[in-house]
Amino acid sequence: MARGSVPPIGTDYTVQAIRAVRLRHPIRNIIAAIIIVFIAAFIYDAALRPAFGWPTVAKYLFDRRIAEAAFNTLQLTVYSMAIAIVLGLLLAVMRLSPNPVFMSISWVYLWVFRGTPVYVQLTFWGLLAVIYPTIDLGLPFVHPFISISTDQALNVFQLAVIGLALNEAAYIAEIVRAGILSVDRGQEEASTALGMSWFQTMRRVIIPQSMRVIIPPVGNEVISMLKTTSLVTAVPYSFDLFTRSRDISAETFTPIPLFLVASIWYLLFTSILMVGQYFLEKRFARGVGDVRPDRVTTKGANAETGEIETVVRSTDRPKEGGL
Amino acid sequence: MNKTPMVEADRVSKNFGSNQVLKGISLTVQRGEVMCLVGPSGSGKSTFLRCINHLERVDAGRLRVDGTLVGYREKGDKLHELHPKEAALQRRDIGMVFQRFNLFPHMTALENVVEAPMRVKKNQKAAAITRARELLASVGLADKADSYPAHLSGGQQQRVAIARALAMDPKLMLFDEPTSALDPELVGDVLDVMKKLALDGMTMIVVTHEMGFAREVADSLVFMDGGVVVESGVPRELLANPQHERTKAFLSKVL
Ligand SMILES: Nc1ncnc2c1ncn2[C@@H]1O[C@H](COP(=O)(O)OP(=O)(O)O)[C@@H](O)[C@H]1O
Ligand SMILES: [Mg+2]
Repeated sequence: MARGSVPPIGTDYTVQAIRAVRLRHPIRNIIAAIIIVFIAAFIYDAALRPAFGWPTVAKYLFDRRIAEAAFNTLQLTVYSMAIAIVLGLLLAVMRLSPNPVFMSISWVYLWVFRGTPVYVQLTFWGLLAVIYPTIDLGLPFVHPFISISTDQALNVFQLAVIGLALNEAAYIAEIVRAGILSVDRGQEEASTALGMSWFQTMRRVIIPQSMRVIIPPVGNEVISMLKTTSLVTAVPYSFDLFTRSRDISAETFTPIPLFLVASIWYLLFTSILMVGQYFLEKRFARGVGDVRPDRVTTKGANAETGEIETVVRSTDRPKEGGL
Repeated sequence: MNKTPMVEADRVSKNFGSNQVLKGISLTVQRGEVMCLVGPSGSGKSTFLRCINHLERVDAGRLRVDGTLVGYREKGDKLHELHPKEAALQRRDIGMVFQRFNLFPHMTALENVVEAPMRVKKNQKAAAITRARELLASVGLADKADSYPAHLSGGQQQRVAIARALAMDPKLMLFDEPTSALDPELVGDVLDVMKKLALDGMTMIVVTHEMGFAREVADSLVFMDGGVVVESGVPRELLANPQHERTKAFLSKVL
């Protein structure tokens, strides 16, 4: 057909649907086959290897003490993570707030809690009762209204949760901050122009949009926390999954099967968490998840014509707000 | 009828560091008037609009909207900065439409429109939704109420953005190059909505390069360059017979 021409009127345009021969991937298939053979060999070998002590694994997998410990680990993870997320969100918002007092508090917090190892922090929390024997409520230099002994107020489990949560909050804060900064500045501008307060803007507009960026790394942190709970022995709290498995193995002299038992439980929890993360990510992809990339306009990708403002409006704006 | 001008700028100045962006802008917009603001890129048009609803703070001069000083309270001969709550209160009567629409992408068109009336004005949900549907119908998007912005064309998004601003029942509407980010065939729909708004008596300040719109709809045309008003007048006359070299040079490029 000639270049730049169109078939004459009346041409039959009906065509058959394409039925092409599927592209084959011989190398890919061979590599997969080799790997499967290796894995099968490893599993077969592992199943028969006495060092793994499978009968012992089976015996302890649903042992009451192990199940209890697994539940404790789960509780440590859930409680400390819940506190960490709330506190982290607060710290991130404070860090970005126009209020310099909040900003500095958040900065110092992060400096301290990210700058020292969790293990050391957990040890300190364990020594809380030594450093502060009583918790006093009252005014400075006046006899306290209420004074309770620290030992009575907080048990080791609670201290472990506090220790894990306060450390984690610092990391969550940075994740949330990155998420908030990833939201287009135009969004804040539009909500401010509508008369929304700084706080409303954060809660209704900025934070929901930042969730897409925040959830994957926070999911990562939850899984990481599940495993960090094994450090609570520093407090010392010894009823978590890892410490309990170690303690049992010290009695039975079968460390390998017991660590296998612990690993299976950790894997089970991690798998559940991954499913949860999948659904959360879907929920927060609303409005953008299923759209062709060239049609997403929040970042001005669709503004191909006309001059596009590239001014970075970050300095010298009216400072406003505060919590 | 209230005779107070809607916008009264008296030698309004604004600096970004050492860069003086607005160098004493004086102009008046009467109630029901449509003013078009034109000028080369970087001349301070957006900055001036942003000053009007206090997204930017005025450094010198006085800017009044509906007789009230923007961003400050006058006590004797001293100016006091407004509390953010008071500033927000001033802003909710001023609608703003942006070049890049800035719709909330995680909300449907309807949710975008009801957000501020419900959160800021604390209107009842049912009433807010009824009103939002009316507004979406008036911009020709009744059937798009449940669509997310990413599923709308640029022109449709901008019309939702206009409906969103109108939902707050503003007394003044600011448009910052509302059609500059649109494909040419979508510009007309947005301009039609704006024209209808002008005919309904809305006071509007429109930064635009659409000279046809300026000629047909605007009551006054202001040409800005380098942070000053170079020339202003009735659109037809100014476009036909510009007095200043800079105006002539600019118009020859956009007409
Ligand atoms: N937040 C800001 N910080 C620093 N400079 C700015 C800021 N906003 C605008 N400017 C400068 O002010 C000048 C005018 O900008 P603008 O009002 O956006 O012009 P226009 O809308 O007429 O194109 C430009 O030179 C721009 O670089
Ligand atoms: Mg501009």
